[in-house]
Amino acid sequence: MNKQLDIHRNSDAMRKSLATLGSSLGAIFLALFICAVLLLVTGKDPLAAYGKILETGFTSDKFVEMLKRATPLIFSAIAVAIGFKMNLFNIGVEGQYLFAALIAAEMGTHVSLPAPLHVLFILVVAMVSGAAWASIAAFLKIVRGINEVISTIMLNYIALSFIQWLFETFFRDDSDGGLNVKTTKIAPSGRMPDLVHDRLNGMFIVALLVAFVFWIVVFRSRFGFRLRASGLNPIAARTAGIPASRMILVALMLSGAVAGLVAMPAVIGDVYGYGPSAIATQYGFAGIAVALLGRNHPLGIVGAAMLFGFLDSTSAELQLSGIPSSIVKVIQAIIVLVVVIVNEASSRRYNRRTAERAAMALKSLDARL
Amino acid sequence: MQSESVRPKLNSATDVVNVVELTNISKSFPGVIANRDISLQIDRATIHAIVGENGAGKSTLMKILYGLHQPDSGTIAINGVVTQFKSPSEAMAAGIGMVHQHFMLADNLTVLENIILGSEPTKYGVLSLGDARKRVKDLATSIGVEIDLDLPISDLGVGQRQRVEILKVLFRGAEILVLDEPTAVLVPQEVDELFVNLRKLVANGTTILFISHKLDEVLSISDQITVIRQGSTVATVSPKSVDRLKLAELMVGSDLPSHGERTTKVGEKILLSVRNLTVLAKARKNPVQNVSFDIFESEIIGIAGVDGNGQFELCEALLGLVDIQGTVELGGKDASNLNVRERLDQGLAYIPFDRHREGLMLAASLWENGLLGHEATLSRGPMIDVKAARKSCREIIERFGVMTPSELVPAFVLSGGNQQKLVVGRNLANTPKVLIAAHPTRGIDVGAQAAVWKEIRRSRDAGMSVLLVSADLEEVLGLSDRILVMFDGEISAELDPKSATPQILGKYMTGMQ
Repeated sequence: MNKQLDIHRNSDAMRKSLATLGSSLGAIFLALFICAVLLLVTGKDPLAAYGKILETGFTSDKFVEMLKRATPLIFSAIAVAIGFKMNLFNIGVEGQYLFAALIAAEMGTHVSLPAPLHVLFILVVAMVSGAAWASIAAFLKIVRGINEVISTIMLNYIALSFIQWLFETFFRDDSDGGLNVKTTKIAPSGRMPDLVHDRLNGMFIVALLVAFVFWIVVFRSRFGFRLRASGLNPIAARTAGIPASRMILVALMLSGAVAGLVAMPAVIGDVYGYGPSAIATQYGFAGIAVALLGRNHPLGIVGAAMLFGFLDSTSAELQLSGIPSSIVKVIQAIIVLVVVIVNEASSRRYNRRTAERAAMALKSLDARL
Repeated sequence: MQSESVRPKLNSATDVVNVVELTNISKSFPGVIANRDISLQIDRATIHAIVGENGAGKSTLMKILYGLHQPDSGTIAINGVVTQFKSPSEAMAAGIGMVHQHFMLADNLTVLENIILGSEPTKYGVLSLGDARKRVKDLATSIGVEIDLDLPISDLGVGQRQRVEILKVLFRGAEILVLDEPTAVLVPQEVDELFVNLRKLVANGTTILFISHKLDEVLSISDQITVIRQGSTVATVSPKSVDRLKLAELMVGSDLPSHGERTTKVGEKILLSVRNLTVLAKARKNPVQNVSFDIFESEIIGIAGVDGNGQFELCEALLGLVDIQGTVELGGKDASNLNVRERLDQGLAYIPFDRHREGLMLAASLWENGLLGHEATLSRGPMIDVKAARKSCREIIERFGVMTPSELVPAFVLSGGNQQKLVVGRNLANTPKVLIAAHPTRGIDVGAQAAVWKEIRRSRDAGMSVLLVSADLEEVLGLSDRILVMFDGEISAELDPKSATPQILGKYMTGMQ
């Protein structure tokens, strides 16, 4: 009998993955359709726009660029997903990664270590800084019960001002001259080697590694089980001896630690320092969209980050051919909206079907007895 | 009964005798037993009880009648007219009102405001409370309910809240009242009051569908009783023609489990000792005040009490979830300063009040639910040992007779009784020394109830101490070696279950003695 049940199980898991993939793909096509309507309304030719996106997107250059653009999104989305797994909405990834970028870039100039250790040191500093910034929100929640949504949003603003002050007062290095001020350049030993010369660096591999570790930790470890239990039913978890406040602290700090890596592809792979105009912003918010699209699952997140990276990589070309590049952002936003709606509907349907199948299985079990 | 009603009414009540007629209703519904070919005629101005085990299909049937579900086949006729309800509002418009088991009232609003909420009478777009007040007053008087319309709901007791729910439904013009387990939350004295009101309602021409599994009450209040078993109607009988035992047999379809005398003895060692336990509350009365008791090895202490008299807080305090004054000793060792995890490791186990709220992760699989609280033992290094966890869950399923296709289905597909068996099993699996069992059989069918009782008894015989918190007096009387009554945060009496009766308990539970 057990064998039969196992088959039942495997086909079940498969069915779930297929259903998820199917509904996500369907949502993406629906979103593209909605965007086409929007383009038509604004007097542009949607076929030409999509044609351009495909044409430019599927060149080998663009493939590398897609991976590059996906890298920070993977970090950011995983940071968000760690929070989501415990029903914590960390909107503060933005502040956490920018803070971490500055601290890590600066600290990286103060040590001299052999190459791999130097890189590792900077990454660890970035993670610790991100975690430290996130822990403020955690403490506020644990001690005063302040909702993390509010506190992390507010902490973003504080982080921006704080970073600016730190940078202007202590870390600014004008020796390079020019308008594009940065921190002191990180020595070559602290730089991440490139995978594709000047276009993709090793942080992409680190991102995949983080995604894998995320999977192991969240879905397979004892800690991850406690994390998910606290998210699935915090009261039941508490009753079963899982301390709520410690879980909140650890989850938010882990989220912040991963967030700390978001700007690292630039900091140690491209800019070799931190500069207000050299480090891109907004990844923290894009990460929320990617996490939603990827359903907080590592595979989904990597896929969703690639899709976003792909769309982003085509925006310059679109601009050149007279199609507003903002259409890319519109497509992304609509995809996320549609996916969230479709996900909700399909998970309800999945739940209903699961219950029906279980009832059927019980009936046949009954009949055999 | 309301002249303002805009709904077309039959001129004479005698035109059609069957105010509700369900014909061959079938419904396949995931996770619970389907309704199969259910036919039911309900006479006007009568109390018609629907009894059956939990999961027998009573709720499904009532949800169909109330428009929450649509039947796969079969028809519903109200006052002789075949109708289809696509939503509760359509059912309400046809004069069907439902009083749910869990009250749906706004605590901060007054009685009057709650009653009119959602159907506020207005004049020129402005709320006109005066008219509403008069109508509600009349309604209340006509069924013999005395209630201050200006009190906030938070000041009312459970019985009065229920009366507000009933008035709310009547205010909307309900002529057919569906009461879902109305006595589950009431003490015997309140039940009597409710029955007086219900009889007046019927005298005024209202028809009542009374869903229950408490057979004595059903026998005393109903004009007709329909028994449902496994989705089908077994029989419709008159209460005069059957007795409790006969009814129970119809319900279960087999012989009933009996309590039976215990053959083992209470031990000598004290496993749980509570001294002067007080749970502090800010800005209100302490929910638990100066409670002391000991539980010996192999002893069951029953805590009887109306919900909300400090039992919940007492359990939380014993578990280590709230700050306390006083001491708690587990197995002779002071546990007052231990956290939840440490207390569980000391051999404490807890069957929570509400399996959905405190016990289960509904979206997670059964084996993950079985793992909750045992993750420390069912892992290898820092990793969960999935194989061991699944095996342990299969053992629980086997031993406690959880009806499920496998341990891999999510918990929400199980019926309430099977979910409860899983929760009980999870907590008994590790042979705890002390079990806190809060409403271990609430809302589950007779079969599951017997299984849970059997396992609790078996563990008790093996030496486990049990603190049994229950509102089901039959359960408290049947299982306990001693009974403590909790009222208003304090222990108001210690009784011997051999001499106590539900009536005596009821008096202590309501503070009348």
